[in-house]
Amino acid sequence: MGLLSDPVRRRALARLVLRLNAPLCVLSYVAGIAWFLALAFPPLTQRTYMSENAMGSTMVEEQFAGGDRARGFARDFAAHRRKSGALPVAWLERTMRSVGLEVYTQSFSRKLPFPDETHERYMVSGTNVYGILRAPRAASTESLVLTVPCGPDSTNSQAVGLLLALAAHFRGQIYWAKDIIFLVTEHDLLGTEAWLEAYHDVNVTGMQSSPLQGRAGAIQAAVALELSSDVVTSLDVAVEGLNGQLPNLDLLNLFQTFCQKGGLLCTLQGKLQAQDWTSIDGPLQGLQTLLLMVLQQASGRPHGPHGLFLRYRVEALTLRGINSFRQYKYDLVAVGKALEGVFRKLNHLLERLHQSFFFYLLPALSRFVSIGLYMPAAGFLLLVLGHALELWMQLHEAGVGPEEAGGASGPSPLPPQAQGIGLASLVAPLLISQAMGLALYVLPVLGQHVATQHFPVAEAEAVVLTLLAIYAAGLALPHNTHWVVSTQASDRGWMALKLVALIYLALQLACITLTNFSLGFLLAATMVPAAALTKPSGPRPLYGTLLVLTSPAATLLGSLFLWRELQEAPLSLAEGWQLFLAALAQGVLEHHTYGALLFPLLALGLYPCWLLFWNVLFWK
Amino acid sequence: MAVAVRLALIVLLLLGPGGWGHTEPSRDSLREELVITPLPSGDVAATFQFRTRWDSELQREEVSHYRLFPKALGQLISKYSLQELHLSFTQGFWRTRYWGPPFLQAPSGAELWVWFQDTVTDVDKSWKELSNVLSGIFCASLNFIDSTNTVIPTASFKPLGLANGTDHYFLRYAVLPREVVCTENLTPWKKLLPCSSKAGLSVLLKADRLFHTSYHSQAVHIRPVCRNARCTSISWELRQTLSVVFDAFVTGQGKKDWSLFRMFSRTLTEPCPLAAESRVYVDITSSKQDNETLEVNPPPLTTYQDVILGTQKTYAVYDLLDTAVINNSRNLNLQLKWKRPPENGYIHYQPAQDRLQPHLLEMLIQLPANSVTKVSIQFERALLKWTEYTPDPNHGFYVSPSVLSALVPSIVASKPVDWEESPLFNSLFPGSDSSSYFVRLYTEPLLVNLPTPDFSMPYNVICLTCTVVAVCYGSFYNLLTRTFHIEEPSKGGLAKRLANLIRRARGVPPL
Repeated sequence: MGLLSDPVRRRALARLVLRLNAPLCVLSYVAGIAWFLALAFPPLTQRTYMSENAMGSTMVEEQFAGGDRARGFARDFAAHRRKSGALPVAWLERTMRSVGLEVYTQSFSRKLPFPDETHERYMVSGTNVYGILRAPRAASTESLVLTVPCGPDSTNSQAVGLLLALAAHFRGQIYWAKDIIFLVTEHDLLGTEAWLEAYHDVNVTGMQSSPLQGRAGAIQAAVALELSSDVVTSLDVAVEGLNGQLPNLDLLNLFQTFCQKGGLLCTLQGKLQAQDWTSIDGPLQGLQTLLLMVLQQASGRPHGPHGLFLRYRVEALTLRGINSFRQYKYDLVAVGKALEGVFRKLNHLLERLHQSFFFYLLPALSRFVSIGLYMPAAGFLLLVLGHALELWMQLHEAGVGPEEAGGASGPSPLPPQAQGIGLASLVAPLLISQAMGLALYVLPVLGQHVATQHFPVAEAEAVVLTLLAIYAAGLALPHNTHWVVSTQASDRGWMALKLVALIYLALQLACITLTNFSLGFLLAATMVPAAALTKPSGPRPLYGTLLVLTSPAATLLGSLFLWRELQEAPLSLAEGWQLFLAALAQGVLEHHTYGALLFPLLALGLYPCWLLFWNVLFWK
Repeated sequence: MAVAVRLALIVLLLLGPGGWGHTEPSRDSLREELVITPLPSGDVAATFQFRTRWDSELQREEVSHYRLFPKALGQLISKYSLQELHLSFTQGFWRTRYWGPPFLQAPSGAELWVWFQDTVTDVDKSWKELSNVLSGIFCASLNFIDSTNTVIPTASFKPLGLANGTDHYFLRYAVLPREVVCTENLTPWKKLLPCSSKAGLSVLLKADRLFHTSYHSQAVHIRPVCRNARCTSISWELRQTLSVVFDAFVTGQGKKDWSLFRMFSRTLTEPCPLAAESRVYVDITSSKQDNETLEVNPPPLTTYQDVILGTQKTYAVYDLLDTAVINNSRNLNLQLKWKRPPENGYIHYQPAQDRLQPHLLEMLIQLPANSVTKVSIQFERALLKWTEYTPDPNHGFYVSPSVLSALVPSIVASKPVDWEESPLFNSLFPGSDSSSYFVRLYTEPLLVNLPTPDFSMPYNVICLTCTVVAVCYGSFYNLLTRTFHIEEPSKGGLAKRLANLIRRARGVPPL
């Protein structure tokens, strides 16, 4: 750092940075995007491997043969469910008891902040049923969970049948060292959330539920199962959890091992696995899967009931049985055997799963990108915000410039007055944009009743429309604050504001990237160029359009289109808009029901930051 | 003369056995007992008890001749001046909700609690040595008992036998929740039995069957008891107990038919010749109540009825030493009598000292009927010193099970019975009052995950990166907060000035 302490060389370096800054920024941005796209290609993707010794070397022989039993249970369950119209709690209790489990129920109720239109629910109350298989000669200190969510729209009866048949089979074995909890939840994820909160004796989302009577120690791992037909063509595995949390990679490896062993067709993000990684086709297909995963992870939604387990540091994943038009089908025995194998191996665990990666991206089921390899992509993008350095130097030079130009040596005092005014002028836009963010976070849910009284809209619509209205109102802000801000005519005002905004953005993006790479990368890739380019001079309409196109809401809309495009179900504009509105409502709802952090992050963090850039654009 | 001699002989013969008996009483005796209880869940519990009673004062006398009482334990009592010793090894958890109250409850893992005599000066030292010796005797990791997991309870764990004073300073209590119980602990335990596993009930103690169960608990209890009714002198009692629960689903395919052979893969052939009493009790209460078709084969010659843990129970009795003594069934008056527990609460809390002693929280509370009482303790997870992590840190760290001791009012009042005569399973805990019975319950141990550093490569990487960042941060902070400017070099060093002085003196232009 002696290089920078020496004033002469420092000045030379500063000049170099100022001259090369623009090309460096462009280069860095291109490098970041290129690095990301290259992640699906072999030098950067590696084969997955099992790290956990307790699960690696020993194989187990699966003996599950209760296919008929599972189908029988499923038929009975479906019949009872149809008859009662809700979860047949009494039947489940009876059946679980008859296969030798300790059975408990838990009732819960939750009033959502506003009606959920996609799942058609508002005041929710239900009952979870769970049976515990007590491991002989163990003191109930550790347990595994097999859970089946039963929602109003997805009956999941085959999954319940398989769960009961597996329970009956497991009960007859003596090798269990951990208790196994068989959990059937009502109202899919809400039930899971209620059960998990009661199990860990916490209340984070305002759920009302009865306390649990039976416990089984610390949960080591959980598997959620969703099946809707007697035969499946493939099993899709979901790993992305709440707030982009991922389970330990070893759990996925374990599942993949049994997929291969049983000859099951397993998919990731609904995409078939590329076989040939030497030619270009494999990696390209991998890239699609990778992009889908990035979009899913960035959304921060629990992509299945397993997502809620991850918050309690329980490694979990969701298996979905897919029944498509493919010729070759598997029956419940094949799925049951895979699950039996997974559970027996998990039973071997001496410690929690901790050996393998917690941060990874998956271009395929058998390939992964580790955190060390994908982080540079985001790093390059954030380097662009080093543009702030240029601004800092310009601000500095503006103060010392004339004297330096004159070649005079000696102290170069900054005009204290200019500095003071520069900082004072920042307070107003900072405060106002943060207040807008706070309004965006609080008002839609608070003001829904006012809105429904005065406008002919439903509560959910009111929330979404208020959200959009406040968001748009934020764009009108600079014109209003324009005259409030001091009339200092120099460039120093907007430069200081942009400097602060850039540092603010860089800090936020860096923090997000560390916890949820996908979200951080998506936001960086969209927001960074516009943020770096924005200034009140030059082609302002162009900058303005660019800035609007890369605002967080526009990013969400774009992501939705990209997501459906990758799923090979492209959206029309109208559909996209509808989906966008639904996604907004879901985002707010998930924040309140499960504690998803995307909505507060955007409303309280990135939206105010983005408004600062908007402010810079309309400085004059 | 001859007649006189004959008379004297007869007198001698008549007096002989009796007089001999008075001067030299049977100094030790062994009773063994097996209780088989069909549990409400369909499982079957088997509880063995072997009780050796020795009429000698081990602490005072220098005892060198041991007959039935194991020498290893006898020497222990005299060397460490023990008042009472209770040691249990348990694998599994007694599910009270499904199996009902147990005769002998024990926490999962190993539990040791000892009352020392008040003559002991350094209790902690004796405790430490004792746990090490026991560790050797029972092949268990009791040597890991130290001050960090030892507590001195003040309210619970009163002496079960005769005691002069109950100054809890002489009590030590420790639990090792992680202790795994296996054959290596069973074998030394079996060796303490007078008949070992050669004859009597102990024939059934076959390791591969005992460890094929849902619950396994073995224990050793040593305590002083009254030698006779007036309690003029004391005897030493050693109880060895073993409880197992056989799983109906795994071994019986859910059916309720059982035989000794199916449970233990052995049958009883002969009693232990050293035993004074050898009995098998089978709980047949449910067969009378529910008209269940529980059939005991061969039909019992006698039955035994008593109030066990507050409920009326009927047992079929099989006396292995033939049917000399038959317990007549007693008629009992049904009456409801509630004993009011003390109103005032008592809370004793001893905070932990890091790495020295654990937390101890004792509460005396009155529970309202049909209520749920929740005792919760808030804690923070902290990082340990890196050498303190176990080899498997991600498994978690155990918190010992909590203990609930209670005097529960009995629904059925039991008649005070002669303590020596009643079966062993009913006489470990001394009943203070006939209207209540003593229960001690243990909860499951808790597995807590502490924050654990990643002991592998990424941890090092993080350390390294943080160091680099810290160094860079310092420099950047310097750069941002200081301004640098160029100063003209000063007039030069001392040497130069001297040189210039000389040059001026010489009239030469300075350097």
